[in-house]
Amino acid sequence: MMAASGNHENWIPLIDTAAREVFELMLSSQLTLPTDSQEKPLDVTAMVGLAGQLCGVLSVRCTGKAAAMMASKMLGMDLDKVGPEISDALGEVCNMIAGNFKNKVSGLSEGCMLSPPTVVTGSDYSLHSMSDSPGLEVRLLFEGMPLNISLQIHS
Amino acid sequence: MAIRALIIDDSSVMRKIVERSLRQAGIDLSEVFQAGNGAEALGVLKESVVDLILCDINMPVMDGLEFIKQLPGVENAKNVPVVMITTEGSEAHVVQALSCGARGYIRKPFTPEQVKEHVIPVLAGKS
Repeated sequence: MMAASGNHENWIPLIDTAAREVFELMLSSQLTLPTDSQEKPLDVTAMVGLAGQLCGVLSVRCTGKAAAMMASKMLGMDLDKVGPEISDALGEVCNMIAGNFKNKVSGLSEGCMLSPPTVVTGSDYSLHSMSDSPGLEVRLLFEGMPLNISLQIHS
Repeated sequence: MAIRALIIDDSSVMRKIVERSLRQAGIDLSEVFQAGNGAEALGVLKESVVDLILCDINMPVMDGLEFIKQLPGVENAKNVPVVMITTEGSEAHVVQALSCGARGYIRKPFTPEQVKEHVIPVLAGKS
């Protein structure tokens, strides 16, 4: 287990592992690494706030199709049958990644609380964080679709 | 033997996943009740009898720890085993939940096998 203090860059593999475990266990899906830097508009964003020993926001961004696929896999439903569950499913994915990540950092598990997830749909918005660092980002592919996970650290 | 379960989580998706995991674990469910928080769950228990409760911790209105503290005051549910299912995975949370009366603790993310591993002993009265 890694300590909560020091260089936060070494948390990137922990975020990566936390995400991979959530997708393997809850969606039976293996996340892969992107082979290029192709930019697609990611129009669904789930966010979970962290407060306590670590303050910040962990966010998961993906396309609407990827979010629908997550709901479909989590619920065992056909892709064309999922609807209102999509936001809830993405929020839970974000919540589990945040929880799994903090459980991997010594001292954060007890000393850091998670907020309920918030899900924003649409890409025409700007996120202004009070972060005092550039943040950590992990880029992966879910069923070939981009999945960006970022941690903005406030303190 | 078929059992009646109450699943408490503020995410409807997670409630469905927990129900499906119980069925995949081979647990025969005759009836499944759902609640979005502890207060709703107490309302369900006033009307219904259940054999097993699976409960999240972080929920609005009334969280899972407050719910299990209040459970002994519900006449037809005071001896019903509670298994926590939550992202809060620290030892401190586990100890707190168990000291409040929980009989088991499952960390999210989880597999149906982990649900089986934790729930079957509780149903058999071995935990």
